[in-house]
Amino acid sequence: MSVQVWTFIFVALTFGLYIGIAVWSRAGSTSDFYVAGSGVPPLANGMATAADWMSAASFISMAGLISFLGRDGTFYLMGWTGGYVLLALLLAPYLRKFGKFTVPDFIGDRYYSRTARLIAVFCAIAISFVYVCGQMQGAGIVFSRFLEVDITTGVIIGMAIVFFYAVMGGMKGITYTQVAQYCVLIFAFMVPAIFISMLMTGIPIPQLGFGAELTEAFGGGYLLDRLDGMSEELGFATYTEGQRSTQDVFFITAALMFGTAGLPHVIIRFFTVPNVRDARRSAGFALIFIAILYTTAPAVAAFARTNLIDTVNNAEYSAMPEWFSKWETTNLIVFDDKNNDGRIQYVADPEVNELTVNRDIMVLANPEIAGLPNWVVALVAAGALAAALSTAAGLLLVISTAVAHDLLKRSFMPTISEKQELRYARIAIFVAVLVAGYVGINPPAYVAQVVAYAFGLAAASFFPAIVLGIFQKRMNKEGAIAGMVAGFVFTAGYIVYFKTVNPAMDNADGWLLGISPEGIGTLGTMVNLCFSLAVARFSPDPPAEVQEIVEDIRLPGEVSAPIAH
Amino acid sequence: MSNKNAYAYWKSNIRIVLSLLCVWFFISFVCGILLVDVLDNIRIGGFKLGFWIAQQGSILVFVVLIYVYIYLMDKLDDEYQSRKQQEASSDSQEEQA
Repeated sequence: MSVQVWTFIFVALTFGLYIGIAVWSRAGSTSDFYVAGSGVPPLANGMATAADWMSAASFISMAGLISFLGRDGTFYLMGWTGGYVLLALLLAPYLRKFGKFTVPDFIGDRYYSRTARLIAVFCAIAISFVYVCGQMQGAGIVFSRFLEVDITTGVIIGMAIVFFYAVMGGMKGITYTQVAQYCVLIFAFMVPAIFISMLMTGIPIPQLGFGAELTEAFGGGYLLDRLDGMSEELGFATYTEGQRSTQDVFFITAALMFGTAGLPHVIIRFFTVPNVRDARRSAGFALIFIAILYTTAPAVAAFARTNLIDTVNNAEYSAMPEWFSKWETTNLIVFDDKNNDGRIQYVADPEVNELTVNRDIMVLANPEIAGLPNWVVALVAAGALAAALSTAAGLLLVISTAVAHDLLKRSFMPTISEKQELRYARIAIFVAVLVAGYVGINPPAYVAQVVAYAFGLAAASFFPAIVLGIFQKRMNKEGAIAGMVAGFVFTAGYIVYFKTVNPAMDNADGWLLGISPEGIGTLGTMVNLCFSLAVARFSPDPPAEVQEIVEDIRLPGEVSAPIAH
Repeated sequence: MSNKNAYAYWKSNIRIVLSLLCVWFFISFVCGILLVDVLDNIRIGGFKLGFWIAQQGSILVFVVLIYVYIYLMDKLDDEYQSRKQQEASSDSQEEQA
């Protein structure tokens, strides 16, 4: 059977499964809709968090990025996993004890201020929205390449599926589809990785194959030594050595970690478990499930890079396998025979180099490059879709709760009934899906770039406000508001300046302290902290009942399911 | 009555969190970024140590850190609850007397 037939089968099967789950898990109350009735077992919540977290970028782009960045790609690996340590130790248990529905709920109640709540609503929507557009685009790309439908049709199919289970089931529907999506995506990521590790090193565990010797057919010697040697020979940077400055890597890693801990769609997952102990436990499960993919990705990156160089360099163009021409038609592989010798020269020197490979295709094309069976290739498409849709659904829920719960119920229309609130939440998710779909089909050029910066914005706005709210009893509304505004404006301003106002300066010499826009969120976090602490010193202490709330969330004790208010 | 107990609980909690965060910082930022080139001089099988910590080892340490945290906090929670119960029962005895 061809790859396309297999892809149709896998995609149809998985989509059928998601719809089945949606029908089974209809939401009846706002508590069901916002936090799945706080009845999700920690293991299931761990899987759902992992799927929620691992987006199209983790699944499709990350291994490819690392494969071209070598050791510099480390900041993605450490940044996107190390943030869970912060989340587990500093946020998840306390927010669960607090027992509300959303992140703006916490900010608004802890800082006893409608202004703080509205700022939090704005940040949550801004962060989630830039993030969700990337997911829709990712889903569209997979549809168009594997099923050969055009991107518009692809995005509409993706939207229809997300719409169906998100609107019907809310958080309850999303949680259980995410559990299924985690299983699909991890299976789809691991199967090709195990195959390739077996093929190249004879070891079925990719994490170990990464540091093992290649088989005779691949020329023997340690994989990483071989890769370093090949890279140097062709003029590329040595794979296991870094090119970026140490302080930039430091700042980017920290920004990704703080951002991970401040992303609202990840934080609200911890509101769905029954109690504080389960919140801690599910953070542990989540990181294990994420680590399975994140420790495999660097291995896949090294395998793919070695395989690619081996296959294409100095090879006859006419003798290239089928996948090469297939990807050429999408313009993601471009061959330009500059010296007309009919062979492919793949080197670092742009004058001589004849091959350009888009880094996004490394994961998608890897099974084909390694000559794996068609069903494995098709599986990767289903996995990439699961990754994109699960993250999109989690983000859309944040947008809908921010509108229906925080904006309408808690700020402007406090008298609406639970039934009306639920209806508004469904309408909000419907509108959000439409807007996200529209942007997915007509992506403004900057959206794809902005996705990476959502982390910096989350790091500079939410992370310090929440941590101070828990660990600094005397932090007041004036401090928190000043901090969030200063952090957000500083970070957004820095990014906008280098990406749109003055892109010519966007290099190590132009940056402040040599920190790239990707890493500026760390400095934004510091700005937020300084403003919060300084302003709080010179303004009145929070009221006694707020200080009591803070004392209470610090202590263990029974928490009930959040009650609709 | 349980103010002292609550204060002790929070203090131990902060100590646990801070010591785990020190390990977190050391493995990722110190070993994985600042000292990575120095550690690269040590080789284990096909890996340079610094490179391995940066791309794999740190993630494994993160998982272990969260599980150590879960274990320590569960223990601390239990101690807090039993002390609270003890206090409650001694209080009620005093009332009876």
